[in-house]
Amino acid sequence: MKLDQKRRVFLKGSVAATTVGFAVGAGLLTPGTVLAAWNQSAFDAKAIDKAISAAVGNPTTTPSDKITIKAPDIAENGAVVPVSIVANLDGVDTIALLVEKNANPLSAIFHLPKGTLPDVSTRVKMGKTGDVVAVVKAGGKLYSARKGVKVTIGGCGG
Amino acid sequence: MSLSRREFLRLLGLAGAAGLLPASAFSAARKPSDLYEIPRFGNLTLLHMTDCHAQLNPIYFREPSVNLGVGAAKGRPPHLVGKQFLKHYGLEPGSIEAHAFTYLDFDELARKYGKVGGFAHLATLVKRLRAERGDGNTLLLDGGDTWQGSGTAYWTRGRDMVGACNLLGVDVMTGHWEFTYLDKEVIANIGEFKGEFVAQNVSVNEDALFDYRFADFEGFDEDSGLAFKPYTIKVVGGMKVAVIGQAFPYTPIANPQRFIPDWTFGIQDERMQSIVNRVRETEKPDLVVVLSHNGMDVDLKMASRVSGIDVIFGGHTHDGVPAPMLVSNRGGKTLVTNAGSNGKFLGVMDLEVSKGRLKDYRYRLVPVFANLLPADAEMQAYIDKVRAPYKEKLERKLAVAEETLYRRGNFNGTFDQIICDALREVKDAQVSLSPGFRWGTTVLPGQEITMDHVMDQTCITYPETYRREMTGKDIKDILEDVCDNLFNPDPYYQQGGDMVRVGGLDYVCNPTETMGRRISNMQLDDGTPIEPDKKYIVAGWATVGSKSPGRPIWEVVSEYLERQGTVKIKKLNTPRLVGVKGNPGLGS
Repeated sequence: MKLDQKRRVFLKGSVAATTVGFAVGAGLLTPGTVLAAWNQSAFDAKAIDKAISAAVGNPTTTPSDKITIKAPDIAENGAVVPVSIVANLDGVDTIALLVEKNANPLSAIFHLPKGTLPDVSTRVKMGKTGDVVAVVKAGGKLYSARKGVKVTIGGCGG
Repeated sequence: MSLSRREFLRLLGLAGAAGLLPASAFSAARKPSDLYEIPRFGNLTLLHMTDCHAQLNPIYFREPSVNLGVGAAKGRPPHLVGKQFLKHYGLEPGSIEAHAFTYLDFDELARKYGKVGGFAHLATLVKRLRAERGDGNTLLLDGGDTWQGSGTAYWTRGRDMVGACNLLGVDVMTGHWEFTYLDKEVIANIGEFKGEFVAQNVSVNEDALFDYRFADFEGFDEDSGLAFKPYTIKVVGGMKVAVIGQAFPYTPIANPQRFIPDWTFGIQDERMQSIVNRVRETEKPDLVVVLSHNGMDVDLKMASRVSGIDVIFGGHTHDGVPAPMLVSNRGGKTLVTNAGSNGKFLGVMDLEVSKGRLKDYRYRLVPVFANLLPADAEMQAYIDKVRAPYKEKLERKLAVAEETLYRRGNFNGTFDQIICDALREVKDAQVSLSPGFRWGTTVLPGQEITMDHVMDQTCITYPETYRREMTGKDIKDILEDVCDNLFNPDPYYQQGGDMVRVGGLDYVCNPTETMGRRISNMQLDDGTPIEPDKKYIVAGWATVGSKSPGRPIWEVVSEYLERQGTVKIKKLNTPRLVGVKGNPGLGS
């Protein structure tokens, strides 16, 4: 179970056609690097503050408009919601992606080697309507942004 | 934001000074046929139809008596009904325009002015306007929801409408219900369509791109991943006009994803901005318009966020809006229209364009009255031919209406109540649910209800019914979810349908509340409160997630109607509304 979970998270992180996906392909990030960074307590945390704290060391973040989250306003399929995060900040070394209303809010942590473009994409599972939260560590400081994604149960479009 | 009444009147005044005063201002002194005397203006004309829902023949269509706007949309077009609507646009009560745009005195005025729409009558109007404006000076845009909504469209998988649009001369279209046929049928229909199909917001999803089944389709672009051509350039009146398509953004959510598994939608307003920028830079058009199926509130928001669009011709929400709204954005201003539904209106925008700039315009949303526009013989022959194999089945008389039967409005219409009552009775259920679609034609008191009418109200590609147990909490969750799709104050979270219709269930609704807090006091028809943990037998149809096991809804409804003989609604399960007193979207 635990192993599957790890694999799933790893696959989510690596399949996405992004800078990080490219980095894996180019050998800049090896799977071993990703797995070595596996943070059990952060991914197991049930409260969002605890998850953020375990992921990046501190639950207190500063909201920043330099972080852009791209995600659908209404999800086409809550099981695979595409999310991209771009941080227009200097010295980004970590991007954490959280889904506020999930039982385990932390969905992914991206560790970016120096010089990597802070532009990541993945897909997250969302049980219900709520915010996706991006936490970005740049130059030792923590920044965040959020975006609401609606997970609907029964649409009736005109 | 909105063109206020004063501004509108001022524009009327300016038009009047130039001898161009819209007919409504002189309605007492003119003959009804003057409705179609639309003076030429400028150097090109864009004609816009939308959401005809495959209504080839003239029909009756009652506009809503409840069309509430909440938040910033409160009291702003299109959220005005009845007298408030007439007042805002300066229309005279009882006039032909008042009848076209509002529900007021509907039965009486429907008898007086007759049926609306019909492709043969629309064709006459289009031909006339094209002839008056001269060759090469007009473009006919179709905002979609064209291939669905009638028995013949369903049985021919939309092909009857492709033929009708080819005959009408539609130049460019986008879509929504078009995507409720199988993807291969959509591709084949577009292949038959002589105009162009555009949509900037439909992509092939990443998994499907590996081995895409329609890689040879000419609208597909492998580099961008877009499934359809995002825009087209047309020369109209000697000017270069860019038409960008915007399909209904929430198609795979509001309608089944299983028919179109490879395509992903969304509003994609950032992509819209980049396409506008690219088109302006590389194509150097004189005019940039968007043919949109967003719905009016979404279009108004998109117009405030994306700059560089001159006009958005909108549909989806079926709002018959007589004057464009003017929206400011970073780069200037954008006009936003919405052109009603069911073939009832044709939007006519005459534009003065020169050297890459829109200088001035005149706009009319022209109602198509079948009695005032003779049927075009060629189109009528085509319609007769299309209907011939199904005519007997469609014209079967099922019952007689004792009151006006309609759907359109935020909550249960009378025809919805028939569907809900039929589901409860035929399927022996305590509660029934029926989707809040905005299409479906109107039947007048005394008129015979035919199979045509039933198909108008129910005809979709996922018509199967169900009967299942749900807890009180399940029912509330559904009501809350759909209510948020309708009344979320942020239009980008709205899907553009009306509230789910209910049978056997009463409730209180506060549209101004937040998700999870709008619905209360749910009870069965006999007054028994709905309990969250208790189970109820619920019947319904049109399941989006997976195919239901029961027979098609039109069989259930026609069986029920034949049993009734004459139809009068015993009880309309419309909610008690709170929090919206005095809202101009609420009729008396």
